[in-house]
Amino acid sequence: MFRGLSFALARGEALRVAGANGRGKTSLLRILCGLLVPTAGEVQWKGERIRELREEYSRQVVYLGHAPAVKDDLTAAENLAIACRIAGAPQSPAEIQRALERVEVPAGAHLKKLSQGQRRRAALARLALSPSAPLWLLDEPLAALDARAARLIEALIAEHVAGGGLVIYTTHQDARIQGKVIDLDG
Amino acid sequence: MADVLACLLHRDLLLALRNRSDVGTALLFFIIVTTLFPLGIGAEPALLRAIAPGVIWVAALLSSLLSLGRLFAADHADGTLEQMLLGAAPLGAVVAAKAFAHWLVSGLPLVVIAPLIALQYDLPSSLYGALALSLLLGTPVLSLIGAIGAALTLGLRGGGVLLALLVLPLYVPVLIMGAGGVEMAAAGMGAQGHLLLLGAMLVGAAVFAPWAIAAALRIATE
Repeated sequence: MFRGLSFALARGEALRVAGANGRGKTSLLRILCGLLVPTAGEVQWKGERIRELREEYSRQVVYLGHAPAVKDDLTAAENLAIACRIAGAPQSPAEIQRALERVEVPAGAHLKKLSQGQRRRAALARLALSPSAPLWLLDEPLAALDARAARLIEALIAEHVAGGGLVIYTTHQDARIQGKVIDLDG
Repeated sequence: MADVLACLLHRDLLLALRNRSDVGTALLFFIIVTTLFPLGIGAEPALLRAIAPGVIWVAALLSSLLSLGRLFAADHADGTLEQMLLGAAPLGAVVAAKAFAHWLVSGLPLVVIAPLIALQYDLPSSLYGALALSLLLGTPVLSLIGAIGAALTLGLRGGGVLLALLVLPLYVPVLIMGAGGVEMAAAGMGAQGHLLLLGAMLVGAAVFAPWAIAAALRIATE
């Protein structure tokens, strides 16, 4: 899919992975979070191979794929609380409420009653609760979002980067996020 | 780790509660299949008593199979499975919690209702205990073995049929021990030997199946 790809990211940097459909943007993110094993090469975190770090690395990563990882039959608050607990970072109901308010999603609403964009925002609310996870890997975080919601998510990403976090993301939209760009098209 | 597993168990039970039709389908299937046999064969008490353990066990086995396809499919489709793979708890423990939730939703109701079903077959009340106990020990094994098949066929086209072809032969020892135990009790020889073997199968499945399921899921999600 791609070869000869090499890059490094320092604290407080964002990297946009660009490329046409099918060029391997999602595969690259899945490799970076450890879900996929590259056929050649390796991913290192602080100088150590992620395959050796395993859970220690996973605890420092937030990966949000293009599928929202939420359940339509649960409320936004239930979804977020469960997602945080699965990730090993349980949050109090008050923190969950605040995170959902930040992305303007009603906490008690069942997701099946919300629009596609609101469901996406409910999934992205996890970012507001993950400042301590240094590396965010986001696959199309702005997809299905209107301009206002996109600005909210961009603000969350900008805050994380300003606080010394790292963000690697893919998007086909015009994102107002300063950082490096890597183009898989060439 | 325990709180993550408790959370997953709670989540799966909550989802089952909010999708009652999914739970009801397997239970209703069990009731309908076991009711069809007396209607088709006729009201011959001796014959019904003879076939009861086998029919009830086969129906339980098929009923368990019916809900297996959904065990990982929804989590796979909506991206939750990826989060579980990256989560704080070991995947083996996560899938064990999911298999346990599957049993609570699809296996335990069969254990509870089996004595009522046995009434249709004129099974002596002295055998209800052996029947319920055999199902109590055997249905969790069905969930654990079935989960391996569900993980192996995850995302495959025609996975439902493949799942049945893969899992049903593996269910045979459980079926033989489960139905056989009740038959032995009916013959006055005691079901203890069969039940102990079912217990051993349960321990073996509980120890080894989660790691097989986890390995299959990792392959399916690559």
